[in-house]
Amino acid sequence: MELGKDLVAASATPLVLAILAEGDSYGYAIIKRVTELSGGHLQWTDGMLYPVLHRLERHGLVAAKWGASESGRKRKYYRITKEGRAQLGFQRQQWQVVDSTLRGLWMKACTT
Amino acid sequence: MTASLDRSPLEEQIAQWRLYLRSRRAIHGPDVEELEGHLRDQIAVLSEAGLAGDEAFLIAVKRMGNLDALSREFAREHSERLWKQLVIAPDAADEQGKPTLAETLVVLSLAVAAAVTIKLPALFGFQLGGGDEPFYARNAGLFVLPHLAAYLAWKRGLAVVTCVWLVLPFAAAAVFANVFPFGTGSDTGALTALHLPIILWLVVGVAYLGGRWFAGGGRMDFVRFSGELFIYYVLIALGGGVLTALTMMMFKAIDINAGWLAEGWLIPCGAMGAVIVGAWLVEAKQSVIENMAPVLTRLFTPLFTVVLLAFLATMVWTGSPIDVKREVLIAFDLLLVLVVGLVLYAASARDRQAPPDFFDGLQLLLVVSALVVDALALAAIAARISEFGFTPNRVAALGENLILLVNLTWSAWLYARFLRDRGSFAVLEQWQIAYLPVYSIWATFVVVLFPLVFHYR
Repeated sequence: MELGKDLVAASATPLVLAILAEGDSYGYAIIKRVTELSGGHLQWTDGMLYPVLHRLERHGLVAAKWGASESGRKRKYYRITKEGRAQLGFQRQQWQVVDSTLRGLWMKACTT
Repeated sequence: MTASLDRSPLEEQIAQWRLYLRSRRAIHGPDVEELEGHLRDQIAVLSEAGLAGDEAFLIAVKRMGNLDALSREFAREHSERLWKQLVIAPDAADEQGKPTLAETLVVLSLAVAAAVTIKLPALFGFQLGGGDEPFYARNAGLFVLPHLAAYLAWKRGLAVVTCVWLVLPFAAAAVFANVFPFGTGSDTGALTALHLPIILWLVVGVAYLGGRWFAGGGRMDFVRFSGELFIYYVLIALGGGVLTALTMMMFKAIDINAGWLAEGWLIPCGAMGAVIVGAWLVEAKQSVIENMAPVLTRLFTPLFTVVLLAFLATMVWTGSPIDVKREVLIAFDLLLVLVVGLVLYAASARDRQAPPDFFDGLQLLLVVSALVVDALALAAIAARISEFGFTPNRVAALGENLILLVNLTWSAWLYARFLRDRGSFAVLEQWQIAYLPVYSIWATFVVVLFPLVFHYR
């Protein structure tokens, strides 16, 4: 099953923030984590993650810092900020509303 | 890594991919590095899973996604990078790059309309050069800025309702510029003349941004537009000066004094029309030339820093205090305006993602030294404020000093955070952008309340 483009785009922000809330990370690891968590259903085009990260950085939700990878190459690490955590909480409430609404509808569809 | 045999062709392929990515104008150096790091991570994992170097490369590139789509996403996020090129989509660039015949006609007729507008009051007995200069000074912005806003509204295809909202501030400005009975040599009248354009420029900004000031990230584009327009205007004015001088000289050769033509028509009409033509050039040529304002910023930031430090050092060395004269406060206001301008244009041209560099340190030094100089001046003035009493000029100058001081203090704090890697540059840019309306709000105070409070003095 592949998710629609709009849904992937809409879920990008909370997913990235939630993953960074687990700990600092970098682009490739974030994508790997998303694929892992979604059991492969959520496939991002790798490059598209970076404009999303830069947008979050511009809004001050994440902070970036150049560091080194295990092999010594330069690598940009991202960290969630206080504002980012607040935004994550906000997004979480919104998704829960959507989720519970849909759940209610589908439960009804099952019982009738 | 596997055998050294397939290593160098892989490096070659990556180098080619990097070159191809670099040619995208929306993707800058550090982004390319970041994406390359991602590509290499992916290749490393795939190679470990047993794929040969070139196979791993192909899959990693495929996963990265279509580069056209990718650079379009980058362009959306980093619209400031495309200020020069405007290539969000190739076909859209063609449309925006070349001015159409319709646009040429609109611009020319608006330029003529602005030129006619400044001659209109003459029909009602207001003579330029006949003692009515204060009237012309107070209304200077009103002669041309409505036309400029109209051009931008036309260019952005604004809805009629939005246009009506844009007309309102201009109408209000016309009322406040002319309803008060300012006497000759009135300070509050002169303050109105100075502050009205600051308010109206914000209205022009709203028109520039398609009727929405707060939505979207276009406000920095408006700052860039303002800077470029100023530079174009100065260039046009220089050309106009040459034209005027030549006209005078040629007519003098046949013993006809063309002074009335130059003073009454050429200079005022040209000065008005040039604003519209300049705006048109900025809109049309932004894809062709380099931005000048940031270049000038880079040039003058070190020079002003040196001057300020030299001033401070001289003050400490000689121990001579600031001599509080009438113009001192205004001089220090101008200094702060200049420093804020340098910070603003440096921010407008800076790549947000780039790490702090030497120039950022220099900016902080400039801001801090300006703050110290201004604090010294303010202390000197405060010590003698009781002697002065409150005049409109002093209150206005003090208010402006305070507003600029707040801006620069917070900017210095944000710069320091950024340099110590505690905050991102984007925050500083947002602070500067968010502060823009404050200038106009203060100017509104000056225009609306000062004449009443100070009895048109």
